Amino acid sequence: MTAEIRTSDGELLSVKLKKVERRRRTTAFLLAAPLLFFIVFAYVIPIFQMLGRSIDNAEMNSFLTETHEVMQTWDGSEMPGEDVTSTFYYELKTAVENKYHGKIATRLNYEKGGFTSLIKKTSRKLKNFDENANFLDQFIDVHKKWGDIEYWQALKRGTDAYHFRKYLTTFDYEQKFDGSIERIPEKLRINVTLWLRTIFVAVGVTFCCFILAYPISHLLSVLPTRYSNLLMICVLLPFWTSLLVRTSSWMVLLQKQGVLNDTLVSLGFVADESRLELMYNMTGTFIAMTQILLPFMVLPLYSVMKTISPSLMRAATSMGATPFHAFRKIYFPLTYAGISAGSILVFVLAIGYYITPALVGGAKGILISNRIAYHMQQSLDWSLATAMATVLLIAVLVVYWLYNKIVGIDNMRLG
Amino acid sequence: MNSKKTDFVKFEQVDKSYDGKELVVKGLDLDIAEGEFLTLLGPSGSGKTTTLMMLAGFETPTNGEIYFDGRPINNIPPHKRGIGMVFQNYALFPHLSVYENLAFPLKVRKVDKSEIEERINQTLKMVSLTGFENRMPAQLSGGQQQRVAVARALVFDPKLVLMDEPLGALDKNLRESMQYELKHIHESLGVTVVYVTHDQGEALTMSNRIAVFNDGKVQQLSDPNELYETPVNSFVASFIGENNTFTGTVKEIASGSAKIETDSGETIVANPIAVSSSGEKSRISLRPERVSIDPNVQLENKFTSEIREIIYHGDHTRVRVNLLGNDDFILKVPNASSDLKLNVGDKLDLGWSSHDCRALDY
Repeated sequence: MTAEIRTSDGELLSVKLKKVERRRRTTAFLLAAPLLFFIVFAYVIPIFQMLGRSIDNAEMNSFLTETHEVMQTWDGSEMPGEDVTSTFYYELKTAVENKYHGKIATRLNYEKGGFTSLIKKTSRKLKNFDENANFLDQFIDVHKKWGDIEYWQALKRGTDAYHFRKYLTTFDYEQKFDGSIERIPEKLRINVTLWLRTIFVAVGVTFCCFILAYPISHLLSVLPTRYSNLLMICVLLPFWTSLLVRTSSWMVLLQKQGVLNDTLVSLGFVADESRLELMYNMTGTFIAMTQILLPFMVLPLYSVMKTISPSLMRAATSMGATPFHAFRKIYFPLTYAGISAGSILVFVLAIGYYITPALVGGAKGILISNRIAYHMQQSLDWSLATAMATVLLIAVLVVYWLYNKIVGIDNMRLG
Repeated sequence: MNSKKTDFVKFEQVDKSYDGKELVVKGLDLDIAEGEFLTLLGPSGSGKTTTLMMLAGFETPTNGEIYFDGRPINNIPPHKRGIGMVFQNYALFPHLSVYENLAFPLKVRKVDKSEIEERINQTLKMVSLTGFENRMPAQLSGGQQQRVAVARALVFDPKLVLMDEPLGALDKNLRESMQYELKHIHESLGVTVVYVTHDQGEALTMSNRIAVFNDGKVQQLSDPNELYETPVNSFVASFIGENNTFTGTVKEIASGSAKIETDSGETIVANPIAVSSSGEKSRISLRPERVSIDPNVQLENKFTSEIREIIYHGDHTRVRVNLLGNDDFILKVPNASSDLKLNVGDKLDLGWSSHDCRALDY
């Protein structure tokens, strides 16, 4: 054991050091604080709120709280009793008076198709109900669908405070009313196809970017500064142009009557009647995304290659290695850090890409992000949209985690 | 031992230009003998590194031919030349361990695994790095990296090893001990070494012969002793070692001695090296250590100087004096024998022999 060390003014060294360090830490925190608060309040909290919607059904639950509670004792094997139907009648009546029955109709429609018209019709006829007669019969009188037990089962399930069924939908599965989980009918399966296509496009674009970026990055790293600066500007030019403008330019170039096809036809490579389909399919998505994401591959590769001394390759050849062997054994392994950093950047950006596939992808070229946007903006099934977004987020986090495990996040450099 | 070739490596009228406007190497003729340690010495930009790179195959001569062991090698790519090379920044492969670095040239040559191991062990022993096989280059000190680089250039038994300022990045003490070590390795292996440096001390310590480069040309090619004692022109004289100079005009010339009138009007008796007729301008070179203070023997040249500055250097004292109009005339006074009381402003009698004072080109 060493004796306690004290500073010249008699304080314990460890205590004094902490004091000094604390001041430094406080300064550092204060410098980062504005950004930190901005990110937490404008980014992290909203994201988690949004993601919470994928399982949250509290609003629906609050509309029909009592019905939901009464239904807990109903096992769903036969038509519900009067306790359920009467409670539902009174709560629906309140809903009509307060004009939120429309929301109930929409929500229930996600559980089972046909609920929209059912609730609307029932709501209109609600004032004719005899509160002393049998409610179930009167419901069936208004609309015969009420005689189908599945609508009551859907009502029970649709008023749960939270559920995970949207995650099943994300992967084209559904939970039957008897609790069993099955794939949805084949003609309705779209999400899995989109997931696979998204991964395929992301991997493919990453690979294309790698193939195109590797030689150019090498050239950038060995050229004299005045040439490499010029080339670097060319590489970075896409960064300075709006994404929408770039994508629209691709539309001009790639369409059937576009510049590329015209050129090919006038040069005689392609017959006028068999112009190439370069847009509104995967080809378009691939070409445009590769071009747009290329700088994200070039920059990390370039920053790594710049640090590789040319004398390493010379040393390898002086020892008898052919230029190819020297490249394979020396140069290429030294660029792993750049390849992995560039790949993860391009992959993660590509997997969530939205505008480009939306504009040039057509029906055959859309990706999962376009589906998320569709559910956010058109079908208004926000729960499903956020469930998909959550899966996407988790997928990206897993990729980052793997990257950190294998390469180490510290190795990521951008210039 | 069979006779060693004196033209093991031969440069024949080699020119090199990078931009088509200027020649970096001009009409180089150079023979390197088998087993010798030849240093290319010169200031930066003198063409010495370019010469080495042409020999290694990383640069192509613009004109002329290089022969290695009798074969012209201009059209042989570097990896087929079988020449070992040590680079200025070591060029160790950072992602490979010391062992893998050394195994690289052997694996390329498809040497047996057991033999690889044996040769690596031997070579590491030679550079006293046994036990460092599994270290990564980044875990080694500068001196150790240097040794690995040397070991890697030697492990595949090349007949010729090129070294491009290999000790430039080391501190002074380490550099000196590495100089001796490299010299010993060279002596024990008998391999031919071509060594590039701009450090004259290094060149004098290690080499069998030194080629002094300036302006794309070899100014003098001789052994260290000769180079120091008998420089053939004023560039070599000023580049190697310390040097006092006077400029003047030849008044009278005979065999072995010339009378030269300096610009200040005095006459110096000098050894005519690069002058042949009277009326020629000449630069006279004189080593500081060849000047006697208060000479009591008979010397051809005796003059009185005035002390301008005294600088203490530990083992010796440097005295700057004004002599014959030259304000930068340097004397080295060993401190051991010095009972002299030197003071700035004092007069000091100096003398030297005409043999030590060389009349070179202007």
